[in-house]
Amino acid sequence: MSDYILEMKDITKKFTGVQALTEVNLQVERGEIHALCGENGAGKSTLMNILSGVYPYKSYSGQIIYNGQECQFHQIKDSEEKGIVIIHQELALIPYLSIAENVFLGNEQTGQKGVIDWWETRKKAQQMLVEVGLPNEDVSKPINTLGVGKQQLVEIAKALAKKVSLLILDEPTASLNDEESDHLLTILLGLKKKGITSIIISHKLAELTKVSDKITVIRDGSVIKNLVKGTDDFAEDIIIQAMVGRELTQRYPIRENCTLGEVIMEVKNWTCHHPDDANRIVLEDVNFNVRAGEVVGFAGLMGAGRTELAMSLFGKSYGQKITGEIILRGEKVTIENVGDAIRNKMAYCSEDRKQYGLVLSDDMKHNMTMAALPYFFSNHGVINSNEVIVQSEKYKESINVKAYSINQKVETLSGGNQQKVVLAKWIMTAPDILILDEPTRGIDVGAKHEIYLLINELAKSGKAVIVISSEMPEVIGVSDRIYILNEGRIIGEMNKDEFSQEAIMTRIIRDTNSRRRK
Amino acid sequence: MEAQAIKKQRGNIDLKQYGMILALIAIYLLFYFLTGGINASSANINNLIMQNGYIIILSVGMLLCVLTGNIDLGVGSVVAVCGASAAIAVVDFGMPVFVGFFAAIAIGGLFGIFTGFFVSVLSIPPFIVTLATMLIGRGFTYTILQAQTKGPLPPSYTKIGAGFLTSKKIPMFGNDFDLLCILVAIVASILIILSTLRANNTKKKYGFSVLPQWQEAIKLGIILFIVWFVLMKLATYKGIPIVLVLMGVLVAIYHFITEKTVAGRQIYALGGNAKAASLSGINTRKVYFWVYANMGLLCGIAGIVLSARNASATPKAGDGFEMDAIASCYIGGAAIAGGSGTILGAVVGALIMGILNNGMSLVGLSTDIQKIVKGMVLLGAVTIDLVSKQKKS
Repeated sequence: MSDYILEMKDITKKFTGVQALTEVNLQVERGEIHALCGENGAGKSTLMNILSGVYPYKSYSGQIIYNGQECQFHQIKDSEEKGIVIIHQELALIPYLSIAENVFLGNEQTGQKGVIDWWETRKKAQQMLVEVGLPNEDVSKPINTLGVGKQQLVEIAKALAKKVSLLILDEPTASLNDEESDHLLTILLGLKKKGITSIIISHKLAELTKVSDKITVIRDGSVIKNLVKGTDDFAEDIIIQAMVGRELTQRYPIRENCTLGEVIMEVKNWTCHHPDDANRIVLEDVNFNVRAGEVVGFAGLMGAGRTELAMSLFGKSYGQKITGEIILRGEKVTIENVGDAIRNKMAYCSEDRKQYGLVLSDDMKHNMTMAALPYFFSNHGVINSNEVIVQSEKYKESINVKAYSINQKVETLSGGNQQKVVLAKWIMTAPDILILDEPTRGIDVGAKHEIYLLINELAKSGKAVIVISSEMPEVIGVSDRIYILNEGRIIGEMNKDEFSQEAIMTRIIRDTNSRRRK
Repeated sequence: MEAQAIKKQRGNIDLKQYGMILALIAIYLLFYFLTGGINASSANINNLIMQNGYIIILSVGMLLCVLTGNIDLGVGSVVAVCGASAAIAVVDFGMPVFVGFFAAIAIGGLFGIFTGFFVSVLSIPPFIVTLATMLIGRGFTYTILQAQTKGPLPPSYTKIGAGFLTSKKIPMFGNDFDLLCILVAIVASILIILSTLRANNTKKKYGFSVLPQWQEAIKLGIILFIVWFVLMKLATYKGIPIVLVLMGVLVAIYHFITEKTVAGRQIYALGGNAKAASLSGINTRKVYFWVYANMGLLCGIAGIVLSARNASATPKAGDGFEMDAIASCYIGGAAIAGGSGTILGAVVGALIMGILNNGMSLVGLSTDIQKIVKGMVLLGAVTIDLVSKQKKS
């Protein structure tokens, strides 16, 4: 009989219209390092959010048994009291507070009268830092003077301060370099010796196979495979196959009678630096082209730089010190802002429609005409309201937005319909090149299909369409050609006959590994 | 099915949209009884317009700031500087009145450009920049006026704040009526009826639901009653105040800008979601700049009107106006986060504040008590608005 610290039984979780997890069972033994892998959106983070109480008890079905007891977590504090601590990919540190203050944030060391004892705080913080291998850091220094790698370790120290017994790390090494990653993994192995159990989510299979005792692969909200060190083979290709191996059916409508035209857009030697850190290269020497009537996909893992590429091309909306050339219809153009991009017939549909795409408090017609207003709906700055109504009605019909009126506020529309409004907004600007970033994120299958049909229509009408998606089958399903992006560089180009999820995934992982070894 | 049901529901009058107007009428009626009808006297109606003219002018500009999700705290001080500059130009330097007016508007514009520069180019939070202009403007006023009242101002100056359009009195029903008022009332009625009909036809043409006829009739009746009531009161007093014309023109212009121009839509888009707006090709810095520059211009106009009405410029002029203007916008239904609100709403908000002030003065409540009541009204209006929204979602 194994000693399970954690058992999650038949966990099922639905978001509006989307089945995120289906009867997931996860068993974690005391003192092991348990890895979770799967594609973006497979349900790993959702599962961990349920465990930590981000999604409260009753918002899902199933049981969580922790230390032999059934638990009902209503908020993060409940799970932390039991010793379950989650460290998210985006660090939860307050940049201007000192290391000591951060380590005991929300867990302040107070004396009897509720007054904070700063000497005790600093002393204990120092002890925690020793445990995570940072004995030489001054705990009074602001946290933002440390690099990301060390900050990650401070997060672990923070967890230790909370007397953690089950530590969950979501992509802990995603933004770390090789050395820092190694250090972090060593610390994890050290914690394991002290009896602390860890669950680690990562795309870096090489790391996982090295440190973990068990690997659970999740795909489409279900557990696909459980591998145990010693009995099963931890080969990367087995894991990849489990991660992506789904049947491709007719989910993606076939594009017929679509002829490829001239190269409309060509990008040469595109390099871009991080907006907050001029020394950090986000995109390096990117070259690609798109033809009229062609759908080009950009595949890559989260953080590969796909959105950054699209936004930096679209009027330098991201990054700094951008260099490179954009050639449109054979002519070199300079695009300094979004206005330039729109006038050069580019359109960019952002990945986050609520944050970057829509004015939620406004109605459908105003959202649909927002970008095209100065160009197609006005005369000397005065709006032609008739035209706004006529065109909005036209697009509402033609792309089938389900709403009672074009005067409906977009915040009341479903995700799929909101996405259609964003697409309409950009189609109304009459672009030649459409960049669609995660066009089907968070929307139901029916609406997805309609958006695929719309992409086909756009391509047939001679537009160049660039599709960025984290769902590998989607990129493969809709594209004529795929560029693979990894860590800010294009590492491969594939034509339709070479498409396969395994091939793409293998290339990405090989590239990542080879860079780590360097 | 669902869409059908919603359509049916929408056929009724949206009470929230007219709630503020109903509140306005209710408050007015309350004071009508409390004052024994004094607040409906011709002289008082005239007073209401003259007292609130500059607040309404400022509310119009403030609404644009509020739409972006910010406020302008410097308004009261800039009004004072502008009034003082005009008065000094006319009184001390003996310049023609129009030069004084031009000076006021130019100084207001400069303050606006100053604020706009810091807000847009340097991305300093408007709260801080306008807190600074509030102090700077007040300091300038005291300095140039040497802490003295500047006056008296010539009649050609004061006319704009206290004068009336020239017209002719005709005797009717045992009273003298101002001819121009009657003409304006007739023309306004025809325009209101025509525009309602046109709006309804357009709605029908595009298949939008229209109000049931009896509701439309009541709505139209109330509006026409208010127009005739106010204009006939003015007709039996001294006619149409020049302030009313100025106000009417400005409200009409800004209503048009916010509703019918690209620039107006860009302000709403920026306030609703600045990131989405800038990714849709809207130059958000430019919008911020013009919104604040425009606020400065309107401060100039309000400064002229205020000094004209008082026939002098005082160092304490315009004290607290920014709060009245901000409160008007919020009482008039503008969203605190920005992106929603209307010019007409802000005007109604300003009128509610004005009628409250006026009524309480007539009843004999001290200004101290008046402030308490105004504070509660502001809090109440915004609370009702937000709580009802929370319930909806």
